[in-house]
Amino acid sequence: MAYKLNVNGRSATVDASPDTPLLWVLRDVLNLHGTKYGCGIGQCGACTVQLGGRAVRSCQTPVSAVGNAAVLTVEGLSTDGTHPVQIAWQEIDVPQCGYCQAGQMMSAAALLARTPKPTDKDIDSAMNGNLCRCGTYLRIRQAIHKAAELATSASARTVQTAQNGSR
Amino acid sequence: MAINRRSFLKVSAAGGGGLLLGLYTQPKASAQGRGGPAPAPPDPHVYVKINRDNTVTIMAKNPEVGQGVKTMLPMLIAEELDVDWKSVKIEQTDFDDTKYATQFAGGSLATPQNWVPMRQVGAAGRALMIKAAAQTWTVPESECSTSAGKVLHKASNRSLTYGELADKAWAMPMPDLKTLKFKDPAEYTIIGKPQRQRELPAIVKGEPIFGIDVTVPGMLFAVYQKCPVFGGKVANANLDEIKQMPGVRQAFVIDRPDITEPVLPNDPGLESGIAILADTWWQAQSARKKLQVTWNEGPRANDSQSSAVFAQRAQELSTQKPHKTIRADGDAEANLGSAAKVVEAAYSYPFISHAPLEPQNCTAHVKDGKCEIWTNSQIPQGGRGLVAKALEVPERDVTLHMVRGGGGFGRRLTNDYMVEAAYIAKTAGVPVKLLWAREDDMTHDYYRPGGFQFLKAGVDGSGKVVAWRNHFVSYGSFDAQKGDVRFANAAAMGPTEFPQRFVPNYALHTSVMELGIRTGALRAPSSNAFAFVIQSFIDELAHAAGKDPVQFRLDLLAAGGPAPQAAPGPFAAPGLNAERMKGVVQLVAEKSDWGKGDLPKGRAKGVAFHFSHQGYFAEVAEVSVDAAKKVKVHKVWVAADVGSQIINPSGAENIVQGAIIDGMSELMHQEITVEKGRVVETNYNQHGMVRMAQAPPEIEVHFLKTDNPPTGLGEPSLPPILPAVANAIFTASGTRVRSLPISKSGFSWA
Repeated sequence: MAYKLNVNGRSATVDASPDTPLLWVLRDVLNLHGTKYGCGIGQCGACTVQLGGRAVRSCQTPVSAVGNAAVLTVEGLSTDGTHPVQIAWQEIDVPQCGYCQAGQMMSAAALLARTPKPTDKDIDSAMNGNLCRCGTYLRIRQAIHKAAELATSASARTVQTAQNGSR
Repeated sequence: MAINRRSFLKVSAAGGGGLLLGLYTQPKASAQGRGGPAPAPPDPHVYVKINRDNTVTIMAKNPEVGQGVKTMLPMLIAEELDVDWKSVKIEQTDFDDTKYATQFAGGSLATPQNWVPMRQVGAAGRALMIKAAAQTWTVPESECSTSAGKVLHKASNRSLTYGELADKAWAMPMPDLKTLKFKDPAEYTIIGKPQRQRELPAIVKGEPIFGIDVTVPGMLFAVYQKCPVFGGKVANANLDEIKQMPGVRQAFVIDRPDITEPVLPNDPGLESGIAILADTWWQAQSARKKLQVTWNEGPRANDSQSSAVFAQRAQELSTQKPHKTIRADGDAEANLGSAAKVVEAAYSYPFISHAPLEPQNCTAHVKDGKCEIWTNSQIPQGGRGLVAKALEVPERDVTLHMVRGGGGFGRRLTNDYMVEAAYIAKTAGVPVKLLWAREDDMTHDYYRPGGFQFLKAGVDGSGKVVAWRNHFVSYGSFDAQKGDVRFANAAAMGPTEFPQRFVPNYALHTSVMELGIRTGALRAPSSNAFAFVIQSFIDELAHAAGKDPVQFRLDLLAAGGPAPQAAPGPFAAPGLNAERMKGVVQLVAEKSDWGKGDLPKGRAKGVAFHFSHQGYFAEVAEVSVDAAKKVKVHKVWVAADVGSQIINPSGAENIVQGAIIDGMSELMHQEITVEKGRVVETNYNQHGMVRMAQAPPEIEVHFLKTDNPPTGLGEPSLPPILPAVANAIFTASGTRVRSLPISKSGFSWA
């Protein structure tokens, strides 16, 4: 079956059986390897992508269920690694092996989009589906707070620039 | 030179920290013994490239599986080369034992093995730069100095960049390594400063840097179905039907035990199975779900190979004459009889799986008798030997490219997936990426061996431990005629296991049970289980003696003599130094305000220490337990002595905090159950790990710097956390947990 997908703002037509998980379409058909396979049963979150802005497990999302919803993967967070979570993850030196981190960042970015100033509790709840086998949770939490700060100051700057421009 | 996996069995007598040293140093030592190549010398020409723009490319030789070694080893070179860290680019090498010294990730050995040679690489490079500059200026070398990639002649105010000097410098003869002078640590600009992992930009952008991401033109994706029982063979399968499935290009049976015969009693070598190759991995995996296989399950598929039977049998063995006495100092029995207080307890821990988040995978291409492999193996040398043997080609015709691994934890110290990929690729005639499903990974691991320890100890009226007896029931084979025990891989206990030497009357006995599943080294092998048992039992003794658990431990440490000298040879590793351990116990007590202030009911601190891999760690956990046995670890304090220098403080803190969380997963969540020779648990829903909300909100890490050579910390940081939490649970709730995981005793995270 042919499916027309919207991945990272681009349209892509893929040929796959309807039950093929979005994960494997991304990895093996579209060559977007940032999204990772860890368990295949929605337990680990390594395959987390955003679907219409919501964090979902792409290993549990058949390609036939994607429809027109915008698919965002780690490769689409920014063109140059400058999304606030990408900057914060680097500043805090979060990863050990790094294998789970794309999924962690996709969950974090979805959280920050709806809750710009998350509490620790908000973070624990939003990140509950993402395992880190190396145990970098303390730094992930710290990086999410940092990303929230960066995003706020960035949007403050944008507002100010716009105001300056209007004068 | 092929690593002979029999070396796994050659257990060092050093115990604790010494166990794994034997494993890793054995291959090289035997190669030298046979007149094989000596380890490659530290040569800057091999590791360093000075670029025209005065940037520096430094080769990283070890496998990177998240321990940060790809950043850490180049830091050592860059420091002594005296270049600006920002000007350094890092490149991963291939596996090449003619150029690089040992290339493996295990035993927390990267630091102790490379601390000197990698700095020699840098210092030799710097010496060549000075020599070249001095010759250019015709001034004495002694008048030249270096700074951030430049040689300076202050007297004449001249300078030349390394980029300008490189051609001349690199053509000069190598300086004598003995004449090199290392920097005073006070001058360090790179070592000891927190450095971020160099692969961060690639990681946060999702670049294809892991083994699973390797792509070779024309490759097919493979799955490999093996028998649920180790060593089982395919009798027949519906391959004709499978070949008709969408995307499937090839499907075939592999059964070649003759070329990789078992090298360990529990190791089936290249296991028999069915390879399915398709255009995408999902197609191969979907086809596999339609497989109908009749297996010859072999002798391991019997009722006695079951966890419940092992537990029952261990109990029986504990009441019988032990198969072997590993050590007997003084007279434990007599002193148990006369002790003021005697405590007896049975401890146990299960098999557990490594379960790194990236499932095992390998990409291989066999063409014209040569084999090219992309792997995240922790010990590529062993894989090359195995592949060469399976493919019947010389080792020089096997090329190994080393790619990043999504976690290792010891799983990638065995190369079963590598030989599978190579053999499938050879058979298929096309490049192949083999990827195990999570279920393959969890059911075909080299498991951390389970075990049973039946302990009895006595304290005298003053609270001193006077006798200690342990009947250690493990896995392996027993030769009744010779009275000899051969332990399964990683299932041994050495004669110097703590508290040997600290208790005058000490007896360690063992009995073993035959085992049909494979076992192997998991992060802090043996220590990850033994620390739980020994440090929990010591806590029981402290409470029985009415002593504070920290003071009781300090008193026990004071009862041993000086640490025995390391025996010469490849197994050299000094035993536990009581003074160093006292240092970290005292530090962790101080940092955690041990014994100060009252905690609310149901909340308490627990303490434990353990020595392994040459590292001294003491840990305190503050824990609350409610009436429903819900456990919250509020805070953990870690005190560590791993020598005079922490090379990368950012990486070190990250790894130690991760070890605490990893250990908590073992404590609460993890158990592999065996039933009729097969593994029951298949995925993370049955063999879980700590999630963010369950992790301690705070983990304080304190390094006690002592005048000892730097050693590793990835492994020794883990073992104490299990008993520290278990001991806190006892103080908080009155319940002593003696069996892992503690979820089986009704506990869960709050």
